[in-house]
Amino acid sequence: MAGGGRPRDAGAPHPVNGRRSALTLTVNGTPHTLTLDHRTTVLDVLREHLGLTGAKKGCDHGQCGACTVLVDGRRANSCLLLAVAHDGRQLTTIEGLADGERLHPLQEAFVEHDALQCGYCTPGQICSAVGVLTEAADGHPSHVTPDTAGSGAPVALTADEIRERMSGNLCRCGAYPRIVDAVEAVAGTAAAGVAGA
Amino acid sequence: MSHDPPPEQQTPRLMPPGPLAHPLGAPLVRRDARDKATGSARYAAEHTPPGCAYAWPVPATVARGRITELDIGGALALPGVIAVLTHENAPRLASTDDPTLALLQEDRVPHRGWYIALAVAETLEVARDAADAVHVTYATDGHDVQLTADHPGLYVPERVNGDFPAVRERGDFDAAFAAAPATVDATYTVPPLHNHPMEPHAATARWSNGHLTVHDSSQGATKVREDLAALFKLGTDEITVISEHVGGGFGSKGTPRPQVVLAAMAARHTGRPVKLALPRRQLPAVVGHRAPTVQRVRIGAGRDGVITALAHESVTHTSTVTEFVEQAAVPARVMYTSPNSRTAHRVVALDVPTPSWMRAPGEAPGMYALESAVDELAALLDIDPVELRIRNDPATEPDSGRPFSSRHLADCLREGAERFGWQPRDPRPAVRRHGDLLLGTGVAAATYPVYIGATQAEAHAAADGGYRIRVNATDIGTGARTVLAQIAAAALGVPEDRVRVDIGSSDLPPAMLAGGSAGTASWGWAVHKACTALLARLRDREGPLPAEGITATEDTRLETAERSPYSRHAFGAVFAEVQADSRTGEIRVRRLLGQYAAGRILNPRTARSQFIGGLTMGLGMALTEGSSLDPAFGDFTACDLASYHVPAHADVPSVEAYWLDEEDPHLNPMGSKGIGEIGIVGTAAAIGNAVWHATGARLRDLPLTPDRLLPHLA
Repeated sequence: MAGGGRPRDAGAPHPVNGRRSALTLTVNGTPHTLTLDHRTTVLDVLREHLGLTGAKKGCDHGQCGACTVLVDGRRANSCLLLAVAHDGRQLTTIEGLADGERLHPLQEAFVEHDALQCGYCTPGQICSAVGVLTEAADGHPSHVTPDTAGSGAPVALTADEIRERMSGNLCRCGAYPRIVDAVEAVAGTAAAGVAGA
Repeated sequence: MSHDPPPEQQTPRLMPPGPLAHPLGAPLVRRDARDKATGSARYAAEHTPPGCAYAWPVPATVARGRITELDIGGALALPGVIAVLTHENAPRLASTDDPTLALLQEDRVPHRGWYIALAVAETLEVARDAADAVHVTYATDGHDVQLTADHPGLYVPERVNGDFPAVRERGDFDAAFAAAPATVDATYTVPPLHNHPMEPHAATARWSNGHLTVHDSSQGATKVREDLAALFKLGTDEITVISEHVGGGFGSKGTPRPQVVLAAMAARHTGRPVKLALPRRQLPAVVGHRAPTVQRVRIGAGRDGVITALAHESVTHTSTVTEFVEQAAVPARVMYTSPNSRTAHRVVALDVPTPSWMRAPGEAPGMYALESAVDELAALLDIDPVELRIRNDPATEPDSGRPFSSRHLADCLREGAERFGWQPRDPRPAVRRHGDLLLGTGVAAATYPVYIGATQAEAHAAADGGYRIRVNATDIGTGARTVLAQIAAAALGVPEDRVRVDIGSSDLPPAMLAGGSAGTASWGWAVHKACTALLARLRDREGPLPAEGITATEDTRLETAERSPYSRHAFGAVFAEVQADSRTGEIRVRRLLGQYAAGRILNPRTARSQFIGGLTMGLGMALTEGSSLDPAFGDFTACDLASYHVPAHADVPSVEAYWLDEEDPHLNPMGSKGIGEIGIVGTAAAIGNAVWHATGARLRDLPLTPDRLLPHLA
């Protein structure tokens, strides 16, 4: 993954002094050039510098998944990423999933299935689920993928697969069964779409 | 297995058919779902006023002692640091009835993790660095954080949480127990448990022309405002507390917690808006926890299983800061026939963080012990545990003699058993093997009392035909906005989408907090009353509404002050199927099913989520959740989410919740009981009982981790 998706002409972050550097993050398609403390995480850039508070801080230690965003299309705990190491990267947050007023199918499914209660883990769950759909389509196996599955072949997202792959996203309200229902509904539709194509 | 339709399809029995369905009981999508799914719902730390500074707290690193020296020079020298508040320079606070809020007022350290300083800086990174740079010297005293059943400091408190008497005796327990043909005498332990809502406690505070405005992560902004007014010696009209969206609380945000007081102090001290989100690892020490309990249950019964003697005695800890006593023996006063009974609590004040409410305080740990003991009795007498409970279903509340307003425990047991496929069941333990897995099923009963608190609500009819409800309810994930709109629409006889609901601010009419499973009943009653009054005024009127509309404000002080002549509780039955790995000792829940009777269910969609959520937290209580206090250092050993294991997706394969349509005219105008907490009650016992059925091992100490089971497996 290192360097994946970085624009060819992107330079290294520009140090302003020993503590701060100028760098560019593209968030939901919009480039932002910022001068940031080297200690600043991607999560804190989003929440405190860009006003994008959809990504949540639940633990700040990569233990709960509430801060999950997509980095160059792959899900990541943004609290564990130092912004200075992500110059030139493309980030997608929960705010970037909907197409105007039209929700992303996963957002739609979470609403319809009541796959949320307090809502604090929800953006992370949804971003994580977006990542799951891509990973499964790309043939990434999980702990519960059968040994008989072909290497690199798309993985069917059964409820067990979804539960396993979503286990990095904690929900204290206990919305898990309905989150799995929501993801399964979208995964099923996506699979049907592929099959029908 | 039964093939009943899911609850969404059942509940229309409550509603007349037709296009204008009665909105009470309709499975409406929660109103804030879209905001939460798009990330636009803002929580307490997600408001950044211009000039906002960031704060980071400094916890004490000793368990008991005094601060002798506080060196903040290094912290203040860091570029970007604005201030470091300590007991030497922080604003003075008036004392209140909650001494956990007397922050930075003196040099005493009552427990490890107690806040002793607060760094305030231009950025979050600098604030954290500054907090690390505060150097503290302590004079320590010996500390004691270990609860034991024979601790010399144990005493009988006057009251326990919920304002129940600590001790109740009926008949002659000792004689009846000695005479009983069948007896169980067992001791169960529940470790300290942490609420860990996904949103850490956070507050953003600003002072403007003498007015304090805070966004606080709270279950009840009315109480936060009252306490801030007392602490800062202000009028409540000089304070606004906003809790618009709250990322869970489970009791730990029920009353003000340190973040809101510290943020307000720092904002006053620095003259800047201040944002403070407590670090996850610090939460266990400062926001309350479920106190550990050591519970001895003794049951004496006839050969027919009818209970003649029941004693439930609980031992627990509190802090030296304030007394909180987990009321674990209280549910035994409600549950079963018990002509001779003793229910008692003792507590010891240790050098530990202050315990407080965690989802179903009292009922959750107490019913773990009681329902485990009842299962032991069933096994002893070779009576089916569902049948045994039905045989002991009392006609009136055993402790008070009062009639139940409604009690459908037996129906829950029967209907739940049918849905779960309880029968045919071989009662023998350790006889179902599936490869390396041992399988078993278990059942337990659940109960939770009906609480209700005084609330004021305003109903407004606008000239354009719309309606607006104003009440300081809090939506901690329950769907309060949605269900209050349904209640208002039902009372007004208008479509639900014509009703706007404003909640989550102390500038709204004062309300009961979102706790004690009392939110919907408390707020809903006031909303119903205000809407009923508004409707009467609208009916009396002739001609169009004035441009400013018409408003009716009502409160339920009188109604809620009346003591009901009835014993009022929700009941339920939980069924669990587990597997235990005979090689590793790992226990996993295969299925969990709760069947409840909780009055009228006002929104089946959001209600089911609450029941399932409670069951899931009960699963964690049974299998993975547990903290302990380090005797050497005095702190909790499992502080973060890597060490304190809340259930994850893969732990929760199948959780289902169902309910009976229960009519109870003795509750409130909606006929509803609370549903937020009963899901956790009994769940750990059902799972533990299933573990016995699977393995033959009767484990009596939560959580049921592999190291505890493995020694019992041959």
